Amino acid sequence: MSENPILRLENVTMQFGGVVAVNNLSLQVNPGEIVALIGPNGAGKTTAFNCITGVYQPTNGIVEFEGKPIVVAHPEGKMKKIYAGENAALYADRHSVNPTPDTITKLGIARTFQNIRLWKSMTVFENVLTAKHMLAKQNVFSATLRLARAEDRQMAEETEALLAEQDLLKYRDDLATSLPYGLQRRLEIARALATKPKLLLLDEPAAGMNPQETQELGEFVVQIKEKYGLSILLIEHHMDFVMNFSDRIYAIDFGKLICDGTPDVVSNDQRVIDAYLGVSEDE
Amino acid sequence: MINKYSVRKESIVGIALLLILLAVMTVIDFFLPSYHIAVMVIKKASVYALVAVSMNLLNGFTGLFSLGQAGFMLLGAYTYAIFSIPVAKRAGVYQYFDGGWIQFSIPEFFSEFLGETIGLNMGIILTLILGGLVAAFFAYLIGLPVLRLKSDYLAIATLGFAEILRAFFQWPNLGPLTNGSNLLKSYPDFKSATGYVVLIGIFIAMIVLLVNSTYGRAFKAIRDDEIAAEAMGINLAKHKRLAFIISSFFAGIGGGMLAMYMGTLQALSFKSTMTYEILLVVVMGGIGSITGSVITSFMYIASMEWLLRGLDSGTFLGIHAPGVFKNGFRMAVVSLIIMVVVLFFSKGIMGDREFSVKGIVKFFDRLFGKKTPKNAGGDGNV
Ligand SMILES: Nc1ncnc2c1ncn2[C@@H]1O[C@H](COP(=O)(O)OP(=O)(O)OP(=O)(O)O)[C@@H](O)[C@H]1O
Ligand SMILES: [Mg+2]
Repeated sequence: MSENPILRLENVTMQFGGVVAVNNLSLQVNPGEIVALIGPNGAGKTTAFNCITGVYQPTNGIVEFEGKPIVVAHPEGKMKKIYAGENAALYADRHSVNPTPDTITKLGIARTFQNIRLWKSMTVFENVLTAKHMLAKQNVFSATLRLARAEDRQMAEETEALLAEQDLLKYRDDLATSLPYGLQRRLEIARALATKPKLLLLDEPAAGMNPQETQELGEFVVQIKEKYGLSILLIEHHMDFVMNFSDRIYAIDFGKLICDGTPDVVSNDQRVIDAYLGVSEDE
Repeated sequence: MINKYSVRKESIVGIALLLILLAVMTVIDFFLPSYHIAVMVIKKASVYALVAVSMNLLNGFTGLFSLGQAGFMLLGAYTYAIFSIPVAKRAGVYQYFDGGWIQFSIPEFFSEFLGETIGLNMGIILTLILGGLVAAFFAYLIGLPVLRLKSDYLAIATLGFAEILRAFFQWPNLGPLTNGSNLLKSYPDFKSATGYVVLIGIFIAMIVLLVNSTYGRAFKAIRDDEIAAEAMGINLAKHKRLAFIISSFFAGIGGGMLAMYMGTLQALSFKSTMTYEILLVVVMGGIGSITGSVITSFMYIASMEWLLRGLDSGTFLGIHAPGVFKNGFRMAVVSLIIMVVVLFFSKGIMGDREFSVKGIVKFFDRLFGKKTPKNAGGDGNV
């Protein structure tokens, strides 16, 4: 395993009231890897994403990006008493760091959502263009007075290039929410790419897709990874997708890591098979 | 993708429409006395249009349900009056407060240097902008704590802020500045309705440009889905505060112009009823539609102040029925109209669409049988 991971989670625990959704999770993504996070429904996968991206402040643990701690937490206040995770005292003397999601995106981590969150009043084009806002240098005056025309043009051109890459250019001026489901997922990926990330987090990108679409999506993910020099962490229930396209897999159940390794190792692991027992593959 | 030819045609049609508007305004100003009801309606309606659009920027485009508009208007109105009353008249206006603390007038200062026409008007405009800046500064101060609140709580907090401000401005200890609960008057006004229309036209055009800029898109992203906006690197606190400040700036200018229109100023005029009136205009015009706000402002003010006046004073549409058309009947009819509009246009008369020159050009092209290519740089407008 590489010594310089792009993303590293160390003992991350997220407790909601009495529910420990993520329990002492440690994992890492190395540069250029596609890593999958799997587990049955309610295992805590999306919650783990939310801890990385600043949507939730974890109850305990550290998230490091490119070697620097971006999130640091230990049980505080009421949580001190009711904390039910592990390693309660491990980071007690560290200063907690709790950035807002936009700060984390600016560092170079972009994401998509399990339940698609496109901006519904905007067109396909505007959805991607708006994600470029955080990179814009213009201030509100120069923007209003249209003094930054060169930057505006560049933003529009880059947006069109991203849409072309996803074959979405023909829907440019349609409302984003009028697209079929599968294309909305692709649009969300394009929107995330518009922020020029180094690490891309995909939450069930193939949900609702048929096997052929799933296969195409997998090839596409590999392609953008190469093209933009990305590292990718993804959550997926389609096992064929996970087995075919990921370099390594982490499997969690009830918030806890149960197994990790290459697709071969994980798919033959008894604990993983047990965890998935009774859960159909393409859910 | 954008059709060069149609862009040029649009600018020509747009400029032509502006020139026609300007010509009509000049004719109105030339032939009608300044106290004529049409002139009054145009002045008041354009002020309401500016305030409604500023409220729409916040409530419609950024999705922040704020009800502080009357408070920010009050700040702008008082700033305008306080800094523009001619020095010679201050002793009379502030008769209970020894002529007040402030003994200079910005418009007067400018008219000394640049003459009665250019200097005075420039001074008026600068003082109005100063009023906007004062309102914006207060928005900056209260923005941080208040904008953390969610929807209804934000509405209550901003409403409370406006009410406190109104009471504060009537405080006798502040009399040498605000004249307490007495009137402020004798401040200068534009000589013509054209002045109102042109100035407000420029301000609204700036809001339109803002809404269609990258910042405007960020505001809409926050309105549509905060979580997605934040995940795409848009700083919620910063952008909400920005929208709040800009909206208050224009509300402040609107307040100053309303004071100008009314001729006398009293804190009592800026009650929460005024905010509700403006909210009504915004909702009826369509939340998220600037042209909707503008059109509704004119329709609302014209019917309230002019067309439906007869309902209160005995004769309406030539029918003389003092028994029915008496005080209060007008409000009943207005309420009825509002209910009908809300029932049949649940998203306001314009929804979130806009009237645009592009739309007008397309309409006439269609009328004369010319085919405009579908999707030619279309932006979903009418
Ligand atoms: N904000 C919250 N408050 C309370 N409990 C929560 C919250 N978010 C998630 N949970 C709980 O945490 C657990 C893990 O949820 P999570 O959404 O992370 O699962 P998941 O692995 O993504 O499942 P799925 O495959 O269905 O998407 C669930 O029991 C859920 O109810
Ligand atoms: Mg999930």
